[in-house]
Amino acid sequence: MHEKGNKVLKIDLQKCTGCRLCELVCSVQHDHVSNPMRSRIRVIKWESEGVYVPMACQQCEDAPCVAACPAKALRRNNELGRVEIDYDLCIGCRTCVSVCPFGAMHFNARDRKVFKCDLCDGDPQCVKFCEVHAIEFVEVGDVSLNKGREAAKRLHTAAQQAERL
Amino acid sequence: MSLDRKIAYIDLSTGEIDVQPIPLEIRRKFLGGRGLDAYLLYNHAPKGCDPLSPENPLLVSGGLLTATCASATARTHVMAKSPLTGLLGSSNMGGFFAPELAWAGFHHLVIKGQARKPAYLFIHDGEIEIRDADFLWGKSTTETQWAIREAHDDEEVKCLVIGQAGENLVRFANVMTGIKNSGGRTGMGCVMGSKKLKAIAVRGTLDIAIAHPTEALEYNKRFIDQITSSKVNQTQGTLGTPFIWGATNSWGGIRTRNFQYNQCEYADDIEPERIDEIAEETIGPYHMTACFGCQVHCRAQYRIPSGPYAGIYDEGPEYTSQGAFGGEPDCKNAETVLVGNHLVDQYGVDNLEIGSIISWAMELYEEGILTKKQTGGLDLRFGNDEALLEMVHRICQRKGWLGQTLADGGIQASEKIGKDSFSYLIQVKGMNNLHSDERATPALALNVATASRGSDHLRSRPAIDLYHLPEKVLRKIYSSPVPYDGPLSSEHTEYIGKPWQVFWQENCYMAVDCLGICKYHTVFLGPTLPSFEDWPKVIEYNTGLQFTPTELWDIAERCNMLERMFNLREGLTRDDPKKGDTLNHRYFDEPCLRGAPDVVGSTIDRQKFTKMIDEFYKHKGLDRKGLPKPATLKRMGLQSEPSHML
Repeated sequence: MHEKGNKVLKIDLQKCTGCRLCELVCSVQHDHVSNPMRSRIRVIKWESEGVYVPMACQQCEDAPCVAACPAKALRRNNELGRVEIDYDLCIGCRTCVSVCPFGAMHFNARDRKVFKCDLCDGDPQCVKFCEVHAIEFVEVGDVSLNKGREAAKRLHTAAQQAERL
Repeated sequence: MSLDRKIAYIDLSTGEIDVQPIPLEIRRKFLGGRGLDAYLLYNHAPKGCDPLSPENPLLVSGGLLTATCASATARTHVMAKSPLTGLLGSSNMGGFFAPELAWAGFHHLVIKGQARKPAYLFIHDGEIEIRDADFLWGKSTTETQWAIREAHDDEEVKCLVIGQAGENLVRFANVMTGIKNSGGRTGMGCVMGSKKLKAIAVRGTLDIAIAHPTEALEYNKRFIDQITSSKVNQTQGTLGTPFIWGATNSWGGIRTRNFQYNQCEYADDIEPERIDEIAEETIGPYHMTACFGCQVHCRAQYRIPSGPYAGIYDEGPEYTSQGAFGGEPDCKNAETVLVGNHLVDQYGVDNLEIGSIISWAMELYEEGILTKKQTGGLDLRFGNDEALLEMVHRICQRKGWLGQTLADGGIQASEKIGKDSFSYLIQVKGMNNLHSDERATPALALNVATASRGSDHLRSRPAIDLYHLPEKVLRKIYSSPVPYDGPLSSEHTEYIGKPWQVFWQENCYMAVDCLGICKYHTVFLGPTLPSFEDWPKVIEYNTGLQFTPTELWDIAERCNMLERMFNLREGLTRDDPKKGDTLNHRYFDEPCLRGAPDVVGSTIDRQKFTKMIDEFYKHKGLDRKGLPKPATLKRMGLQSEPSHML
């Protein structure tokens, strides 16, 4: 059970404080420079409402990017639980960028290369640095457990309040 | 090894733009951020220049570590000659602006001249454009930012802006970024307004090199653990700065009714827990937000719960807004605090200054020094929430006689109001004090009296003096990186050893301001947080530059001296009640009436205070008049300033 390939990034957007440290450490880890434009994870913000949503590759089981790649440069590595780019095969056509429903495939205009989250080979730095646990690395089967519990709690509380009224 | 970081000189009158590297020699002397800004100000502001004239340079910067992998280096620094005090003007703010400026290719901006019509700067990937800002003039701080993002069709543009207060040349107007990150104190927004510069918009995709990435990441993690394990930061991350209110008010450190009391009568509505409750009710369980790369997340999010502004989103309020719209004017409603906080954010004005100056006016009104005719019919009594908020509008819009008068700051207003009004004004060097009452805490009193930008708690306050730490602990903190074997006292009502603590803190805060780090990440509110011994590695791993703890101390001391030299050049004299290192007479003459048993009855002892100043000057290498000794300047390498190397 507890293999690397079974773990996924779980993002709790309510907990995100919008600090963007994940973007910073991602770029330093992968490209050895500080630059959010190189980050594989991006915090999308609605600043006027105070809403922050970290977005990263979902490592889809049946990934549109893999299906659409004309050079067969993308494949899912089940052992590491991620979708990978083979740069030897990649022709830089950016089809993957346009088909990704999450905007999680990026194109670096300076290096002229596509890039995406590789889960830091099983030790995601964004998770390590997120003190508020807005991003966690969990067993894929557990993703919905807590969510269900929290939703149930909300329902329960609402029911109690309704009774009191 | 030199850093590839740049400084841009922008002349708004001529449209000329010049970009220069920052020589290593200057880095090693002034580091970056506030320290380097102090060098630029001393070299570029003509002696005696009018703060609102085109010659006054507006300096905007990030620190040495801005946009690196060091923890919490979000701070933006802004400096100019202050239109409020006529002395040093300096603002330091969080948010996301400085890192974006760095990714856009610049660490320092020197903005001179005056645009003929409203303008804004657009800085992106090494390019600087001066653009027309007619479509922005008259807009609030947030409206301006959203309009710029729309105009550039880019949600990632970060802006430093002024609101209507800056446009109207309110002398304590802020520069702002985001919803509520405020470059407050000393009226830097007023300087920006005088240049008709509505905003500086930045967008960057350039790399900032990290010298030793693996080590930088590891060390960042270590720092974060150190920072988040501190109890004080955990509390900040839950309640925000309002948490300070509860403790400070209970022992008697909150000035109330201007300066009549040192404690606000307990009111549930303005306690930190109530403010937190409102944030929870209106936003949800996770209602704290953070500046760039910071794990303290000390800023609350809220919606105004009731009244005419109900439903509006804002961030904060800080401890300072509790004072400005709660304690000082003696108003006891959460709604007033939250609305007041919202108004100052939107107008872009200093909450400390506006709260303090309105409370002063309230006392003058109750004393009969201000008449109802002068207040424009407003019943400006303490505890009148409506009048308080109405005065915020009038000052920011410069509406009515009193609005116009107060918008020029306390000293000018006192000269216009006349009678005995000046003696009621709680200011140092022309800047009003925040709502804290330092009559029972000599160390804090010395701090506000000598702070380089006027009465202020963020330049040299030994806040940990309030914790009664054992002398052994104090000695460990305060005798590093330079030895100190003089006396130290754990007792906050004492005078012993306090000048050294203030001197040490002054250097500590200067160092973090040069690095671009937030003060919650150093020995400000928490004694276990990083300081001189911890910074050399962070600097080396991120930039490749090597410094010893003592070298960093020396740099901080040098930068503080340069700020002092600027103030001396512009008219600071030791005992001048308007421009000196001294306090309002009420600190010495009116005893504390409320608070803890060891606080009730306290005043600052004049003789002991004078002795503290003497001792503080001695630590700084100043003579008894507060002028630098020639040997001090030589030791610091400042004898030939201005040296015009930048």
